[in-house]
Amino acid sequence: MIASAFGVLFDGFAYGMLLFILSVGLSVTLGMMNFVNLAHCSFAMLGGFVTVTVTNELGWPFLASLPVAFLSAALVSVAFERVLYRRLYGASDLDQCLLTIGIVFVSVAVAAYIYGTIQQPLNLPPYLRGTVSILGQSFGAYRLFLIGISIAITVALVAALEYTRFGAQVRAAVDNQRMARGLGIDVDRVFAVTFALGSGLAGLGGALAIEIVGLDHAFAFTYLIYVLIVVAVGGLGSIAGSFVAASVLGISDMAGKYYFPELGAFLIYFVMVALLMWRPMGLFGRR
Amino acid sequence: MALSTVTEPQRYLAAQIRWQPIEIAFWLATLLPFVLTPNYLVLASHIAITALFALSLDLILGYAGIVSLGHAAYFGFGSYTAGLIAKWGWGEPLTGLVLAAAAAGALGYVTSFIIARFRHLALIMITLGLGLLLAEAANSASWLTGGADGLQGVRMWTLFGVFPFDLYGTTAYSYSLVVLFLAFLVARRLINSPFGLALRGIRENAIRMPAIGAPSPAHIRKVYTIAAVMAGIAGALLAQTTETVSLETLSFARSADVLVILILGGAGRLYGGIVGAIIYMVARDQFSGMNPQYWYFWIGTLLIAVVIFLPNGILGGMARLVRSERGRA
Repeated sequence: MIASAFGVLFDGFAYGMLLFILSVGLSVTLGMMNFVNLAHCSFAMLGGFVTVTVTNELGWPFLASLPVAFLSAALVSVAFERVLYRRLYGASDLDQCLLTIGIVFVSVAVAAYIYGTIQQPLNLPPYLRGTVSILGQSFGAYRLFLIGISIAITVALVAALEYTRFGAQVRAAVDNQRMARGLGIDVDRVFAVTFALGSGLAGLGGALAIEIVGLDHAFAFTYLIYVLIVVAVGGLGSIAGSFVAASVLGISDMAGKYYFPELGAFLIYFVMVALLMWRPMGLFGRR
Repeated sequence: MALSTVTEPQRYLAAQIRWQPIEIAFWLATLLPFVLTPNYLVLASHIAITALFALSLDLILGYAGIVSLGHAAYFGFGSYTAGLIAKWGWGEPLTGLVLAAAAAGALGYVTSFIIARFRHLALIMITLGLGLLLAEAANSASWLTGGADGLQGVRMWTLFGVFPFDLYGTTAYSYSLVVLFLAFLVARRLINSPFGLALRGIRENAIRMPAIGAPSPAHIRKVYTIAAVMAGIAGALLAQTTETVSLETLSFARSADVLVILILGGAGRLYGGIVGAIIYMVARDQFSGMNPQYWYFWIGTLLIAVVIFLPNGILGGMARLVRSERGRA
C-alpha cells in the first residue's frame, strides 16, 4: 500500500513528537551534568506500566492516568538520583554507562517478572479512537491528540526556561556548571529538580507511546537507541535541537518504513552516523 | 596504575614483561578441562573465544580509553567472512582464520579514521551506530548471510588435515586455546612496549599526548585496527568451531555482553577479559535453565554493584586487597 506523502508526513511527525517527549529530559540533564543516563527509557517504561495498571486494574480513565504516570516516574527517578547517580557525577563516561545499563537490565527483568513478556493492552476512550476529517484529509484522532500535547509541552518548556528564575538557573548550569556554582546557584538542587521533571516527561512519553508503538518489557531497550539518537543528533541541552532531531527522525523512520521496507532501520542509523560525523556536537550543540 | 617510585621507563617495561609464577600457573590451568571436565570442552572453547573477544575490547577500552558499544561489528564480520569462505568450498581452518582476520582488520582500519576523530558521547553513539548499521545490512542481505536463519552449509575440513572438529569439542578447545594464547602474547608484548605506554597516556589525557610528541590519532588508528583483527579472529573461531553463523554475532547484545564481561573482570588489565569471560560464561551455563530475563536481572545487579563497590573490576578489587594485606604486614 502506498500511503500519501502527506499521510506519511503526518504520522511521522506524530511519531517524532512522541520521541521528543521521551528524550527531551535526557537532553537537558545530559547537557547539565554530562551524566550519560542510559536508564532514561526505564523511567519511560515505568510510566507506561503505571498507566496500563491504573486504567486496566483500577478502571481509571486514560487521561487521568497520565499525570499519575508523570508523577510516579518523577518520584522514582529522584530516589535513584539520590541513592545511585549522585555517586558518579565526577566519574568517567564508561562507569556512568555501565551503572545505568545495569539499571536497564534490572528494570527489564522486573517488568518481565511482573507483567510477563507480552504486549500490554490499553483501552482508549472512544473520542481518541478513529479518525477526524479536516479539509478532506482524515487524521488519526490519537495522533492529533499526541501532537497537541507535545506542542503544549514544548511551549511550556521553552517559556519556563526563558522566563522563569528557575529556567535561568537551568540555562546557566547547562552553559557553565562551575561558573553557575560560583554565582551561588545550587546546581545539585537544580539538577535534581530538572532530572525529576525530565524523567517525569519520559514517564508521560511512555504512557503516550503505548497506543503508537506498544509496550512490553523490552521497551527500555528498544527505545533507548532512538532516544540516544535524538539527543546526540539534536545536541546536548538543546530543546530546539531535540525538537528538530525528533521530527526529522520520526519522519525519516516512518518514510523508510513505508517506501523502503526492505531496508529496515538501516536508513535512520545511516542518517544518525552521517549527521554525527558532520556535526559531532549535534545540530544545535555548542560544546 | 601509578608508579610508586620514579623508575626509568625501560626498566619499568622490562619488569612488566617478566613472567610471574601465577601467570604460568594460570595458563597451565587452562589445560585442566581436558582432564577434569572432558564433557564441557565445547563450553571451554566458547569461553576461550569470548575471552579473546574481551581481550580485543580491552586493548581499545581498557588501555586507550575508547568506549565502544559496537565492537561486535568486527566479531560478526570475521565470523561471516570465515563462514562464507568455508561455505564456498574452502574449508581449511587456518587460512580461513587468516583471511577473516584480514577482512576484519581492513574494516577496522577504515572505521578507525572515523573513531580517531571523536570522543565522549559522539564516539559512543558512532560506535553504536556503525554496529547497528552493519547488523541491519547483514539482516537485509539475506541472500548472502542467510538472514535470520543464520548461515547454513558451513563445512570445515580437518585441522592440519589430521584433527576433525568433533562433537566433544576436543579439537575446538585446543584450537581456540592456542589461538587465544598467541593473541594474548601479542597483546602482552604490545601493552608492555612504549606504544602501550602511549595508549595509556591517551586514556589519561588525550590532549596532552600530542603536546609531548605522541600523535594520538595515529596511535588510536593503530590499536583500533589491531583490536578489530583480534575480534575478527574470535568471530572466525566461533564460526569454524560451531560451523554456523547467526545474526546474533553482530548484535548490540553481543557488544553489551562483552563490555559487561570486561568490566566484570577488570578493564585495563590483561587478564581482566579472560577472568571475566570464565566467570560470566560458567555462570550463564549453570543458570541456563533460568529464564534469560532473570539472568539479566542478576547481571544488572552485578553491574551496579561492580561500578559502585569495585570500580576496577574483580581483578582490581583483588589487587587492592593484596596491596592492603602487604601494607599491613
